[in-house]
Amino acid sequence: MTTQSESLNSQLSTPLSEFLQQLLNGLSLGAIYALIALGYTMVYGVLRFINFAHSDVFMVGAFIGYYAGKLVPENTIWGGLVVLALSMLGCAVLGMTIERLAYRPLRGAATLNVLITAIGVSLLLEYSGQVFFGAAPRTFPAIFPVKNFSVGGLVISTNQLSVIVVAALLMVALQFIVHRTKIGTAMRAVSLNPKAAQLVGINIDVVISFTFGLGSALAAAGGILYALNYPSIDPLMGVMPGLKAFVAAVLGGIGNIPGAALGGLILGTVETFVNGSQWSTYKDAIAFAILIIIMLFRPAGLLGKFTVEKV
Amino acid sequence: MKFASLSLTTFAAVTLSLAALTSCTRKQDTIKVGHFASLTGKEAAFGLASSKGIRLAVEELNAAGGILGRPVEYLVEDIQSKQGESATVVKKLLSRDKVVAILGGNPSTNSLEAAPLCQNAKIPMMAISSTNPKVTEVGDYIFRICFIDPFQGAVLAKFAHENLKSRRLALLTSVTPYGIGLSNVLRQRFTALGGQIVLEQKYAEGDKDFKAQLTALRALKPDVIAATGYYTEAALICLQARALGFEIPIIGGDGWEAPQLAELGGKAVEGTFYSTHYAATNVAPEVQSFVKKYRARWDNETPEGVAALAYDAMKLYADAMTRAGTTDGPKVRAALAATKDFPGITGRTTMDAQRNSSKPAIILTVKNGRTEFVTAVAP
Repeated sequence: MTTQSESLNSQLSTPLSEFLQQLLNGLSLGAIYALIALGYTMVYGVLRFINFAHSDVFMVGAFIGYYAGKLVPENTIWGGLVVLALSMLGCAVLGMTIERLAYRPLRGAATLNVLITAIGVSLLLEYSGQVFFGAAPRTFPAIFPVKNFSVGGLVISTNQLSVIVVAALLMVALQFIVHRTKIGTAMRAVSLNPKAAQLVGINIDVVISFTFGLGSALAAAGGILYALNYPSIDPLMGVMPGLKAFVAAVLGGIGNIPGAALGGLILGTVETFVNGSQWSTYKDAIAFAILIIIMLFRPAGLLGKFTVEKV
Repeated sequence: MKFASLSLTTFAAVTLSLAALTSCTRKQDTIKVGHFASLTGKEAAFGLASSKGIRLAVEELNAAGGILGRPVEYLVEDIQSKQGESATVVKKLLSRDKVVAILGGNPSTNSLEAAPLCQNAKIPMMAISSTNPKVTEVGDYIFRICFIDPFQGAVLAKFAHENLKSRRLALLTSVTPYGIGLSNVLRQRFTALGGQIVLEQKYAEGDKDFKAQLTALRALKPDVIAATGYYTEAALICLQARALGFEIPIIGGDGWEAPQLAELGGKAVEGTFYSTHYAATNVAPEVQSFVKKYRARWDNETPEGVAALAYDAMKLYADAMTRAGTTDGPKVRAALAATKDFPGITGRTTMDAQRNSSKPAIILTVKNGRTEFVTAVAP
């Protein structure tokens, strides 16, 4: 009992610095959830189904980074960017292949069929990952240079910063693609009404392929950033972050891009604050309880609306 | 289609049972020893090292004519670092393979799953590195070759207090039977020595983010951090603690012992300490001869503590079966319980009334990516 009151006293003595530190920790974790959540939300927006294999594309992204990271010199910015680009490219191809082979033949079938196929693809990736990469955890190489600097009691690692910056840049780029480009307009059109979009000359196959490619590339970026911060990777590493990101997407309003980002940030921050408290064992329970409460009051999610455009 | 697949399965079943029959008659006189361990997944380092230690012991025994003139057959089952698997594979070893002795497991959770099954089947089980006291409390057929958490917790408390001059210890408790058991004793003993536990934070095995817990510790200015889980999480804790600016020593129990600790933790685990069962750098002749044999057999790999414990466990079974003159469960059990001063690699083993072995613990540190012997501690 003494330890608890002791800890409370000292925590109150520097509450601001600790709060800011936890906020930073939470935001960098949340940014990764947000990147994965975007992929869930985009696919849902266009196809109205949850791509459960998405969290495993995230895992493959980290493994491509692991192998590519051995080819470039460690601790260089250009090397890191090359690895990031390779991994995003590889996963974009993987995402489009999954869509072409597993989901396209089922288009027009009941949603449940596609959903179960998605779970199948997810298991296929996880367990073939164990065959090809081995089940034992691997150490992810330090591909970017890492520095820690402290600002007024706040320790900031370049890894944490790069997560937040890269995530923010990718989300801005995504917003640009969806709202300012031809293919983005086509995506929104397909999302609104696939049949009508086809009638006005939009090639649905291309649009859906593109959506999967884009979402998977973001998942790969998430995988690399996650592995940089938590450098132990294994073929089942996608399961928990994938589940959290799915929850984040629902929390923000599934189908809504800014919603997914917001949901990810909220979930990451809540999880970190609970983790830093005396109730750390309940972190997942509390994070999911918040989800349930929000869903009770806003069934469509924080930013979700029932009938408007969804991408 | 239906008929075809049906007849195929029948055919397969018939061939299988035939194969089983023939193998039964052929290998009738081997002594089957079953081992359950994580050969894959995040605790694979323990399982693989144990398996290598046992294999070495079995090969030596067989080269010397086996036990009671019968060759030893070693059967290992992978529990994939998953909960629930231990029970499944031990059931299989007991009922299908009809083993006469069970070896394993490493984490206490696994042993706690398997122990009731062995107890019911009246087949002795020898836990290799499960240090939670509850393991052998399951019943009189359950033994262990390692020391127990109260002992290890006391050793760590004494080492932190006397050698590291710690007065403000922060505890990061892994929510596993092993971690909770170790933390409880560490907390009691450290407080009894006059130290203070500034904060205890909990984490789950499989967690990757410990920044939140560590941030909460920062304001309390601990002088030592103890992380009572296994090596993957320990390495990540060290990495994140160093990134947050902690330069104080970080200590842990035998769950830290694996090559992966230094591989994953890199520079962050330099200067950390952990307690374990044996050190390869120990100059005792029996240790050096074991290290030499192990290196020759396993590709120049230096044996870890679990490998030495597993080797000792197999040799102790052989010793007990020889003393009992049979492989019959109850008789081997009685012989094991009567073990006194059995000379092993990890010290002289005497089974106490609770079927635990007690031996001095050794503290190791990581220096330049290698482990170095620091001191031997008896609480």
